[in-house]
Amino acid sequence: MAILNIQNLTKTYSSAGKDLTVLDHVNFSVEEGSTLAIVGPSGSGKTTLLGLCAGLDRSSSGVVELCGVALDNLSEDDRAQVRNKYVGFIFQNFQLLPTLTALENVMIPLELRGEKNIRPQALDLLDKVGLADRQHHYPSQLSGGEQQRVSLARAFSNNPRILFADEPTGNLDAETSDKVVKLIFDLNKEAGTTLILVTHNLDLAAQTQRIIKIKGGVINSDILTSASV
Amino acid sequence: MEKQNLNIPWLFTMAWRDSRRNRSRLFLFVSSIILGIAALVAIYSFEDNLRRDIDMQAAALLGADLQIDSNRPIDPEMQKLLDSLGDERAKELTFASMIYFPQSGGTRLVQIRALEGKFPFYGSLETTPLEAGQEFRKGQRALVDKTLMMQFSAHVGDSVKIGELSFEISGILNNAPGQTGISTTVAPAVYIPFNYLEQTGLSKKGSRINYNFYYKYSESADIEALVKKIKPRLEKESLDYDTVESRKQSTGRSFEDLTGFLALVGFIALLLGCIGVASAIHIYIREKLNTIALLRCLGAQAKQAFLIYLIQIVGVGFIGSLIGAALGTIIQQLLPIVLKDFLPVAFTLSISWISIGQGIILGVVISILFALLPLISVRNISPLNTLRMSFRESSFFRDPVKWVVYSFIVFFVFAFTWLNMGGFMKSVYFTAGILGSFFILSGAAWLLMWSARRYFPSSWSYLWRQGFANLYRPQNQTLILIVSIGLGTAFICTLLLIQDVLISRVTLSARNNQPNMVLFDIQINQKSQVAALTKANGLPVIQEVPIVTMGVEEIKGISYAEAEKDTSDGSPRGAFNREVRATFRDSLTDSEKIIEGTWSGKAEPGKPIYVSLESGYARRLRVEIGDKMVFNVQGVLTPVTVGSYREVDWNRVQTNFRVIFPTGVLEDAPQFHVLITRVPSSAASAAFQQAVVARYPNVSIIDLGLILSVLDEILDKIGFVIQFMGAFSIITGLIVLIASVLISKYQRIQESVLLRTMGASRKQILVITALEYFFLGALASLTGILLSFAGSWALAVYSFETSFNPNFWPAVILFFAISSLTVGIGLFNSRGILNRPPLEVLRREA
Repeated sequence: MAILNIQNLTKTYSSAGKDLTVLDHVNFSVEEGSTLAIVGPSGSGKTTLLGLCAGLDRSSSGVVELCGVALDNLSEDDRAQVRNKYVGFIFQNFQLLPTLTALENVMIPLELRGEKNIRPQALDLLDKVGLADRQHHYPSQLSGGEQQRVSLARAFSNNPRILFADEPTGNLDAETSDKVVKLIFDLNKEAGTTLILVTHNLDLAAQTQRIIKIKGGVINSDILTSASV
Repeated sequence: MEKQNLNIPWLFTMAWRDSRRNRSRLFLFVSSIILGIAALVAIYSFEDNLRRDIDMQAAALLGADLQIDSNRPIDPEMQKLLDSLGDERAKELTFASMIYFPQSGGTRLVQIRALEGKFPFYGSLETTPLEAGQEFRKGQRALVDKTLMMQFSAHVGDSVKIGELSFEISGILNNAPGQTGISTTVAPAVYIPFNYLEQTGLSKKGSRINYNFYYKYSESADIEALVKKIKPRLEKESLDYDTVESRKQSTGRSFEDLTGFLALVGFIALLLGCIGVASAIHIYIREKLNTIALLRCLGAQAKQAFLIYLIQIVGVGFIGSLIGAALGTIIQQLLPIVLKDFLPVAFTLSISWISIGQGIILGVVISILFALLPLISVRNISPLNTLRMSFRESSFFRDPVKWVVYSFIVFFVFAFTWLNMGGFMKSVYFTAGILGSFFILSGAAWLLMWSARRYFPSSWSYLWRQGFANLYRPQNQTLILIVSIGLGTAFICTLLLIQDVLISRVTLSARNNQPNMVLFDIQINQKSQVAALTKANGLPVIQEVPIVTMGVEEIKGISYAEAEKDTSDGSPRGAFNREVRATFRDSLTDSEKIIEGTWSGKAEPGKPIYVSLESGYARRLRVEIGDKMVFNVQGVLTPVTVGSYREVDWNRVQTNFRVIFPTGVLEDAPQFHVLITRVPSSAASAAFQQAVVARYPNVSIIDLGLILSVLDEILDKIGFVIQFMGAFSIITGLIVLIASVLISKYQRIQESVLLRTMGASRKQILVITALEYFFLGALASLTGILLSFAGSWALAVYSFETSFNPNFWPAVILFFAISSLTVGIGLFNSRGILNRPPLEVLRREA
């Protein structure tokens, strides 16, 4: 069953009186529980595609259906609710709230849902990423790798059906990257989550089951990798 | 989709968590409203306490249950009525006269109060020694105001000469019912027993005497009902009355005006603080962009994100208001000291919880209102910012909510002004003035940014270019700093200019060769002798005119009774109640000119009498050339025709008149004369005054030198109050300045550190920073000063009806002071960046 269905997706920006088409009639769908990498050079439109797939932005035309919900006609608040219910995020620059401790950062998605007694669940996730003993530390007191691991714990805290990762290792050294990537795939496997990641890193992309190459706003290739076997 | 609920407890938790590492910055925003709230709470508490004191001491304000007064002798029928009123009665005749201190040889115009009876029935004449307030009534003794005693170094037991009689000073008068420090400065009072008045020779016909009658009633008497009953008769005879209730109201009203004005000054401080709030929140929200985008990304609704920050603002607004209210309650202790010369009652201090409540509510409301402007942008922050950072503020024209917030702010300013000052149009002008200043300052800021970009001085050195470019680059502080510094400067400068205008208006009159002494109450038979005495003292007789007092009996055939019935706005009812002091002559003086109609200097028998009216007076009476009027010249009805209008220069020291009769009409009417001269020195003035008082004790003398010093003293007292209140605005302006500059530090920190990393020297960073703040400070203060010149000109011309010849030096000094202060604060705030390694700064501040 397709968890994400993209049809004729187009995104156009107006800049200095001229229209700039960043995505041009993109079509693809993603099966639930699969892993997918979107790769392409800078400015190819991959981050824009990720933003549209996750409901962070509105398309100019076309259809985005996420977890059976058509996002295009939803209000900003309704899309926020869809994200909170079904989606987890990992960002290149970690995006932790600087005024919250590691534990509080992990708890946020659950708190937004109004769930109670979430502390043990959040602590368990922090434990899984190896940071249970740093729960009271603020982001500025953590290293880059540690911050990304907290971000990972947060991404899984609301038991998402789909996880979007934007260059998750882009700001990390090779050794830390490997550890974080391993964690992403392990947690993903354990939770049975669909994973869509945007990356420049072809080694990382190769670890997913499918790679979509995008260039100039259109899909150049859509191939299954050896991991899909 | 099923709607997610707001989860209010979580919003509070998030608001608390989110504020953790920014509380010092939030305190910056709150600090700018503390002083404004403090000023208002202090004034409101003072007003509240004063109202309570006036209520409690109302009877002592009047000294009696009922007072009836008249400025003309009472006819026997009316006297019968007056004698029938009250359980206890007292009578007092008051008039201006010269007093002579034989010991020191000093003379001065004072207000003589000849008293009969046990007045005051409530309160007391506060004297030193204590018993003098009663003792002076028992013999040829006087109570002399303390300011006079000090001026002439007189002592209890010395003598004073009033008219032709000498009195022993039995005590120093410290206070009398309803008297204030200011009123004694203008006209110090001297009490004498009524039965010696005749012997002073000052109560002759022609003297301008006020007749006051005081009554005490038993507690059960209904004074208001009694007054209602006798009111028609009193009004018919032009008698005024005052009850405890009406005195309470009029005293309260005059203080409403004063406290309303002071509250408005405090409000300006608060408005300045509000600019600080808006600018601080603007920057704060900008810094929170990422957090808000992330929350939105994780599923927070726009409303939730908005509420998290609103809760923070309400919280810090409340804390700030609480601190402000506490500070205001402390400052309240100072206000009675500042305002002591204006207080008619003994002031008791107590904590006014109502005022504290008002202050706190006002503080919270104003924090929210001004924070809303930047805060509503939160609703439009896209979660996409987590992937790609861009902050686009919602356009003023596209976001209708901004219109609503702006409308609320304008309405709030208007409503506050109206509540404090009253008067619809006054409030509209004030609000329009504030709005206009905002627009002009914003316009100046936009113009600066536009011209800095358009005419960028590419040939300047790098440091100058960098400092200059900071004015228009993204995240600049130009608009907010120019508006806040500019408004503060405008306010301070207006205070300085208006004070200057008021003082120069008076000193202008005292310049070379202008008359500086006026002798009045000269009886017709003394006229030539006084003139001769003046010349004998080597002084010129610059002007000598007769004055005849009269009343208006009919205007265009309409009598007072008929005008009373006409309640339309056009009815000149007030004209009937006022005494008119007119003169007669055959020619015009050089301070007046005919602007309409024809001047006729001589009345021809059997023909209409053509009088000339001052143009403003004619306008108020709504009479045209050719209209008929009837004057009551001390009992003789005199019909006249309006022959001409005159324009009169009132700023000259000479007698000017609203009504001039031609010769041949008033020559035989009861009259007194005025003589104007110029004395070259204070010694000559003292000698001449002594000579006049010794021979003609009924003649009163106004010494312009003395008036100047009295006025100076009054202006000093008023100026002190204004400066005290102005200090709140000035200090608030400084706090806003410090806050704005401090906030802009966070804007500049990244690039300054980057420049440091790339090898910029401490001096180079310093120069760039100093130049940016100099451009900002200089333009802001210059615009503010120009605004204040426009405002002061309008005030001088339209409100004080005088010419505007400003002294430029205070403005120049203010310009340099504000510009240097801005640069100083900017540099002081940058010291952290300059003195520490770049990485440490980035870790600590970013």
